[in-house]
Amino acid sequence: MHELSIAMNIVDIADEETKKANAKKVFEIELEIGTMSGVVLEALEFALQEAVRDSVLENAKIKITEIQAKAKCLNCLHVFKIEDLYSPCPNCNEFKTEIISGKELRVKSLKVE
Amino acid sequence: MCETCGCGESNSFSIRKPGETIENNSNHTHTHTHSHLHDDSEHAHSHSHAHTHDYNHEHQHHHEDSDHAHHHHDYQHKHSHGTEIKVETDILHKNNLIAERNRGFFEAKNIFALNLVSSPGSGKTSLIEKSIKDLSKDVNFYIIEGDQQTMNDANRIEAAGAPVVQINTGNGCHLDADMINKAVKKLEVENNSLLIIENVGNLICPSLFDLGESKRIVIISVTEGEDKPIKYPTMFQSSNICIINKTDLLPYVDFDINKVKEYAHQVNHHLEFFELSVKTGEGMDKWYEWLKLQVS
Repeated sequence: MHELSIAMNIVDIADEETKKANAKKVFEIELEIGTMSGVVLEALEFALQEAVRDSVLENAKIKITEIQAKAKCLNCLHVFKIEDLYSPCPNCNEFKTEIISGKELRVKSLKVE
Repeated sequence: MCETCGCGESNSFSIRKPGETIENNSNHTHTHTHSHLHDDSEHAHSHSHAHTHDYNHEHQHHHEDSDHAHHHHDYQHKHSHGTEIKVETDILHKNNLIAERNRGFFEAKNIFALNLVSSPGSGKTSLIEKSIKDLSKDVNFYIIEGDQQTMNDANRIEAAGAPVVQINTGNGCHLDADMINKAVKKLEVENNSLLIIENVGNLICPSLFDLGESKRIVIISVTEGEDKPIKYPTMFQSSNICIINKTDLLPYVDFDINKVKEYAHQVNHHLEFFELSVKTGEGMDKWYEWLKLQVS
């Protein structure tokens, strides 16, 4: 259940940023989570329900933007969407590929008051 | 906040040398008393609305190339209904910062640090034990053991003859950079040595947490399925080296060693392999050669 650690890191970041801005609470938080980040969205949402309790994020609307993972083939340079980490390039069947997006785990923005 | 129960106290993990008892400061009871502090007294309300937050998650899918210009943290927009803070912070940035501090510390002291990850039972502890016994003349070993509970592994390592501390994560499923930061201080690792960190036996969670290691080594034994690399790809993708252990059992199991390598290479074409049997010693010479080269 590493999603609970992730959720608590989100709460810590929100807490710090809210303090910096001299605000009291967050009414919206926007997260960006890559589809190959290693985090299960449903598990993260569940963990967040617990983690936000008594924090600046309690009652905040949680907006999660999923970022589609993409890879680049090192052979033919084709860029393609990936749904797993073990499929070859659909263009030339080469396995030597490099992930170029989809590993994101990011707090994008907060709306505070 | 405690990661075990979500209560207000910090997460409880303990770091001990063999023979030490748990210090008091890492104990806390899990009682849930939720006192909400409201500084504006305009709405005294009961808390019977327990967590019916309007939790309307919006899942948007980015189909464009995400051009993430990195704004700096203190960039703020004023809106009539409040303030928007552009945060743009990696959720794991705290762990990653501490991991980089660990890495800098290791570099300065010429410590070669390995992070050993695998499922439980693949032979991580046995590999470390045997390596200590066979190489202690050439290599200065220091070991950090990670398990949810018990001092068993630390006791085994101490008996094998290397300084060791045991991290017990309680209910935690992985080690993090902060635990390593504290454990290394307790272990007092000397210059020019080899630090082996044995992570909690788990092929999923530890993959996300950089500890500051020089190399990450994933171990798989031939009694496991050969499709492990594609079943748990994140771990194989984030590792530098793959050790295939228990090769002495190959005649008795349906395990195609070429197939597992093929799968692992599909996930990560940079992976280097060692095939060995800790029990019989077969293939250990290559592993030792590599280890000695890293710390020389």
